Amino acid sequence: MSTSTAIAGPVPGPARDQRIARSLGRRRHRADLVVKVLCILATVIGLALLASILATLIARGGGSLSLAIFTNMTRPPGSNGGLLNAIVGTLIQTGIGTLIGTPIGLMVGTYLAEYGRNSAIANTVRFVSDVLLSAPSILIGLFIYELCVVPFGGFSGIAGCLALAVIVIPIVVRTTEDMLQLIPASLREAVMALGAPKWKMIVLICYRAAKDGIVTGILLAVARIAGETAPLLFTSLGNLNWSVDLTQPMASLPVTIYQYAGSAFEDWVDHAWVGALLITIGVLATNVVARLALRGRR
Amino acid sequence: MRSAPPGRRRCRERSKQVIATIEHGRAGRRVSIGDPIFAGLATGSGIFVLVLLGSIILSLFLGGLPAFRQFGINFLTSAEWDPVHHVFGAGVSIYGTLLTSLLAVLFAVPLAFGIAFYLTEMAPAWLRRPVGTAIELLAAVPSIIYGMWGFFVIVPIMSQYIQPTVIDTFDGVPVLEDLFGGPPFGTGLFTAAVILAIMIIPFIAATMRDVFDTVPAVYKESAYGVGCTTWEVMRSIVLPYTRVSVVGGIMLGLGRALGETMAVTFVIGNADRISASVFSSGNTIASIVALEFPESPQGSLKLASLLALGFILFVISFIVLAISRYLLRPRLKA
Repeated sequence: MSTSTAIAGPVPGPARDQRIARSLGRRRHRADLVVKVLCILATVIGLALLASILATLIARGGGSLSLAIFTNMTRPPGSNGGLLNAIVGTLIQTGIGTLIGTPIGLMVGTYLAEYGRNSAIANTVRFVSDVLLSAPSILIGLFIYELCVVPFGGFSGIAGCLALAVIVIPIVVRTTEDMLQLIPASLREAVMALGAPKWKMIVLICYRAAKDGIVTGILLAVARIAGETAPLLFTSLGNLNWSVDLTQPMASLPVTIYQYAGSAFEDWVDHAWVGALLITIGVLATNVVARLALRGRR
Repeated sequence: MRSAPPGRRRCRERSKQVIATIEHGRAGRRVSIGDPIFAGLATGSGIFVLVLLGSIILSLFLGGLPAFRQFGINFLTSAEWDPVHHVFGAGVSIYGTLLTSLLAVLFAVPLAFGIAFYLTEMAPAWLRRPVGTAIELLAAVPSIIYGMWGFFVIVPIMSQYIQPTVIDTFDGVPVLEDLFGGPPFGTGLFTAAVILAIMIIPFIAATMRDVFDTVPAVYKESAYGVGCTTWEVMRSIVLPYTRVSVVGGIMLGLGRALGETMAVTFVIGNADRISASVFSSGNTIASIVALEFPESPQGSLKLASLLALGFILFVISFIVLAISRYLLRPRLKA
């Protein structure tokens, strides 16, 4: 890349031109160096931010991490409470939300890749799905509030599940469509040539070939909704008591963290940090696993 | 895919015709019940997504209708938010939302560009994946974690070091004195913008990296061949080639910042007025909805005003995200 040494030899021409050329070259390489240093600095800052977040979580939450967190319910301040109901609530709502959202997202992705392709409707669906992917999650909470909470007369766990399901759909759509499009046409043609109906080709061959990618999408969706707070504020509301009844308000880790972190009680704030540590480890670990699953494929 | 040689394309067309013939023949012999059901399910799901978006818009609009009726078009500009006298306006929240998001983009773009530049042109191959993954993990950290981290780590830094220094520096300078004035609480619009910037860096950086990678190697190699430095290749070849998509990536980050809720709620200070200083407290549409919702009984004008704010936020983000999609579409699809 560096060509300045090659020019430094005896080049014909007036000495003044050579001097100008050399100083110009020096200036160009200096600008290059400055930009490169700034870019490395930007990357280091990015990595340092991640490190700072993790270090803060471990420093503040690691100390209060104990077995009681996993065995006790949330209790009034100062009475050795835990986060069990919040953890279970998050698992239930994330699980059901994923179970509802995944089949729909899978079918939409299938429609886009196998049926609609570049038709006007498919392009509209693709666009709308992409917009929903980045749409503010708080608005999805308000939507489910209007749709499920107001008509049925109260906050409920199932409303939280539905809000999370709406967030899952566009994530699964994107990965499913991308993965199905990577499957070579020859594979499809081979299946068709054997006389299989199209739906069997998609379910038995395409899904199987795209399995890793689709699973990655589902895992990413799980990781995303497990940490969602805003939509749950208006749907499952949070619950400081034990409840696995889907028709009642249900606790969740993020909402409990939100309630605890804003409180004035020291042990509640400590528990908020423990909850934050747990949710972050869960979310980041799921992300890493999802990426590793995909790496084997590409 | 698009640039397949005409021979192969013709071949593909032909095989499609063959498949169609086979399908037709089979349909004639034996009616397959599975195909129409599956196709119906898939198409129905596609339509469902459209219905979903329609219902979200409609429900927010209908929920906010009482507020729009009561206050009319003034709702958009009125800076009054007075729950006691039942007077509500969106002005402060819209101002806070736009200001924090635009500032966030301003802060995030240089860093995101640096990261994308490093990852595509400078990093050794063995470092690219781990560093890239680490930056992507930054996007996976839940919003509420950013809120807590911002409140307990960034806010003290702001109130003890950055804000007093800046306020002292500009003390006595006209205009800037007001823009960076006020007591150094640490919370406020500026801090919210900083947190938002950190949250959208990974989205912008990832998009930039992906579009930088689409530049044909021949172009870059030619530039290197005539003696360009890495920065010159970036500035004169890569950036002009990917300009539209880079703007699309930035718009994507802006769209994300507009609706971010929990992180902003923690650090913005929640005040119902507009001040000249960027260090002052304020609110955004998302933060006021999250904070005021528990105190808004069903059927009240306040709840309707919050839903109306939600509708406005949806319209703003929809426009920004739609532009982003439009700009990114040709590059990332090809």
